[in-house]
Amino acid sequence: MTRDEIVAGLAEILEEVAGVNPDDVTEEKSFTEDLDVDSLSMVEVVVAAEEKFGVKIPDDEVQNLKTVGDAVSYISKAQA
Amino acid sequence: MSIEVVVTGLGATTPLGGDVASTWNAMLAGRSGVSALTPEWAAQLPVRIAGQLAVEPTIDRVQARRMDRSEQVAVVAAREAWADSGLADAGLDPERLGVVVGSGIGGATTLLAQDDVLEASGPRRVSPHTIPMLMPNGPAAWIGLELKAKAGVHAPTSACATGAESIAWALDMIRSGRADVVVAGGTESVIHPLPMAAFASMRAMSTRNDEPEKASRPFDKGRDGFVLGEGSGVIVLERADRARARGAKVYARLAGAGMTSDGFDIVQPDPEGWGATRAIAMALADAGIAKSDVVHVNAHATSTPVGDVAEIIALHKALGDHPVVTSTKSMTGHLLGAAGAIESIATILAIHHGVVPPTINLDDPDDKVDLDVAAHKARPMEIPAALNNSFGFGGHNAALVFARA
Repeated sequence: MTRDEIVAGLAEILEEVAGVNPDDVTEEKSFTEDLDVDSLSMVEVVVAAEEKFGVKIPDDEVQNLKTVGDAVSYISKAQA
Repeated sequence: MSIEVVVTGLGATTPLGGDVASTWNAMLAGRSGVSALTPEWAAQLPVRIAGQLAVEPTIDRVQARRMDRSEQVAVVAAREAWADSGLADAGLDPERLGVVVGSGIGGATTLLAQDDVLEASGPRRVSPHTIPMLMPNGPAAWIGLELKAKAGVHAPTSACATGAESIAWALDMIRSGRADVVVAGGTESVIHPLPMAAFASMRAMSTRNDEPEKASRPFDKGRDGFVLGEGSGVIVLERADRARARGAKVYARLAGAGMTSDGFDIVQPDPEGWGATRAIAMALADAGIAKSDVVHVNAHATSTPVGDVAEIIALHKALGDHPVVTSTKSMTGHLLGAAGAIESIATILAIHHGVVPPTINLDDPDDKVDLDVAAHKARPMEIPAALNNSFGFGGHNAALVFARA
């Protein structure tokens, strides 16, 4: 998957779970500060992303995923 | 002299309508909100009828994912009551605003749905929103959050007496000086195979599946149990001096409340109705209102063989033989934890408009029902004061006395 495809997939999840406008989902955005995703919704995003992208994202990894780009990099690497 | 408390806002969503006006108009017209359950799961149940919401709750999609249906309907009712009160622009200090809204059963449908997720997909797929969705204080907490209430958010629970007890505790909260305004009521939404099967196993529900609109028939010889309903009722209670100072519309006064417990059985009412009798007497004494002024009773009467008669006995003992009685459950079905709140609204509007809503389906009154019940048709009459009764599994009895403001 390309980075853009992963961003688009995350945007779909974020819209469904937290009502985030897909146009706002770009790599430099912070989940909590820019996209207003609260901690419980972040849990939902992670679980949905695991399913969508066929990867495992351990809980102690989640705290390192501050921005959409961090998540894209992690997912991309885990898929490889 | 205790602080006087008045009702300045009403909100509801019920099987009869998505707001207070449509619910009240349906009541006056004697319409039933009970219908057949069409989902596939209903086919295997002994009871296949219920009072389903007339209007689906209007909650933002993303917010709705985090809220049990019982929370959604509570917020819908609270929004209407709050808007009706005009308090949003009245400069109320949030630290003087409280919420008391309970539920009989809580977020059971969320619990059951998430159990399905757990079984099918494992623990990691269980929603992180599950606990705030199923906790019984969830509805009160969501309302408190939305209104920024900071005087305290409470969720009393006493099965089918919950709505009335919540209003009684709200009265207490204002009289004790802990709040100037309290948003109070009850909510319930458990039309789901498990709770329905469980109530049916208790043989507590009507099985008149072929005639849904005739199934809830309080006081009638042919009654065979209650009909489950869903929805919420919320009222705004306010210190009378404050309400008058801001020129608020006042529906009625909440004059007094009484709460007792039977100490008799976990689910059966005391057949002699002593606990109910004491609750009514306590409410009258608290209100300082004479029995003779209480000319109308919105009864708990759920359409069960034992309960309806026990209540009539209690009314005789506590009030005498003069009140005009009705059971609006004949139209709404039994909304469990929301019942006392919806029926408080019906009682308040009966006083306000001078008309008793009817008890439909009362074709052949039980021989033991020897009080004047407003059968079939609404009855216009002057109502200086009225009583609303609610009783719950566990032996809870709550009586509220409302009076003209």
